[in-house]
Amino acid sequence: MRVDVTINGEPRSAEVEPRTLLVDFIRTHLGLTGTHVGCDTTSCGACTVILDGKPVKSCTVLAVQAHGSELRTVEGLRQNGRLHPIQAAFKEHHGLQCGFCTPGMMLVGAALLEKNPAPSEEEIRWELSGNLCRCTGYMNIVEAIKAAGAGSAGDAVGEDLGAAESVAAAEEMEAHA
Amino acid sequence: MYPAPFEYSAPTTLEEATALLAELGDEGRVLAGGQSLLPMMKLRLATPGHLVDINRIPGLDRIEHVDGHLQIGALVRHADVVDSQEIADASPLMASTAPWVADPLVRNRGTVCGSVAHCDPEGDWNSVMLALGAEVVAASRHGERVIPIEDFVVDYFTNSLQAGEMVTAVRIPRGDAGTAGKYLKLERKVGDYATVGVATHLRIDGGTIVEAGIGLTSVGPRNIKAREAEAMLVGEAPSSELFAEAARAAALASDPASDVRGPADYKRAVVEAYVRRGLEACVRQISEEG
Repeated sequence: MRVDVTINGEPRSAEVEPRTLLVDFIRTHLGLTGTHVGCDTTSCGACTVILDGKPVKSCTVLAVQAHGSELRTVEGLRQNGRLHPIQAAFKEHHGLQCGFCTPGMMLVGAALLEKNPAPSEEEIRWELSGNLCRCTGYMNIVEAIKAAGAGSAGDAVGEDLGAAESVAAAEEMEAHA
Repeated sequence: MYPAPFEYSAPTTLEEATALLAELGDEGRVLAGGQSLLPMMKLRLATPGHLVDINRIPGLDRIEHVDGHLQIGALVRHADVVDSQEIADASPLMASTAPWVADPLVRNRGTVCGSVAHCDPEGDWNSVMLALGAEVVAASRHGERVIPIEDFVVDYFTNSLQAGEMVTAVRIPRGDAGTAGKYLKLERKVGDYATVGVATHLRIDGGTIVEAGIGLTSVGPRNIKAREAEAMLVGEAPSSELFAEAARAAALASDPASDVRGPADYKRAVVEAYVRRGLEACVRQISEEG
């Protein structure tokens, strides 16, 4: 079946079997591997993407269900080569250790801040409660989201990625897809 | 993990969906939020031949007043209930349950009606529906029928829908003045099943309990309606002695199993404590209402 989506502002499509999971569609068919597969059982949130404005676990949505919808993944956070405030805050506040849960954590954080620009610590923790960090780095994840909300991520906000390898990798991936 | 292969349709009208379900019989399965069905399919615990995705049918996402009931459509997500003023006004019990269902991401996708239809005894909503005396609205090619929740919840993962039928809504009596409700859930962590969940509903008129509902989660092969405990309450004035007695009766009605979440005796003790606390919380809500 053909699935058409707008992902990070770009229209994309692919032919898939109905049983293809949204996370595999994004990673394998669209070549955007920033979205991770963690538990594959709706528990960990590493596969979090924003589907029509709402964060969901993409291991528990069929790709065909996303036909016609708008998706946002971690690759959509950076704009014109500049870090999104949530990315800058995660960098400055050491909001990641191994980095595996980070795409999901940042997307949930970004979605929360769009709804509520100045959440309390309790609101942040509540909103993050479907996302697991196996490094248990929750303190700094919460700090980072709070800082991004307060617009106090310091010098790192909007920092130029410059020649960061991640940009090259992302562009290569985009060209390859 | 991939589910076993299946056919997929996404009808855009209820008529189309019920015609498809009639044609497919036992092979057809309705897909709404998919937060229980898809994990079961990935584990091959469910292998439907054909999924009928109802997400593209307009109008099923409404929370609306119909014939003195508050009707929750088949595409109303748990998160919609968390955010709904209608629910907050009409059902303090539903409002207090929604934030404890699964986790925030699952709540954005999973539906109340899907959870009701799934009949997992560890699901929260059927305890609430049993406490409230809800009704399930089912549609088929032959029309619509309304099923009292007690007849709908049959057994472990088993509802009373017939082949070709789908749930289009669940509806609850609109809460009149003096109505209160509380859901208490003990869980090891967010997103885990309840170790024990207890739904309590009371309506008090002129100092007398005129309606009482108690539903129990995760303590039996299906969600349990504690009928004896409810009957003890109706017609009486609320008191801590009465609530303690009803709580003991509810604990006796529970039938928990010992498992990783705790021994059966412990769970039964939690049922007793939560029924008492839930009823007390209801009385506090009503007195605060004035």
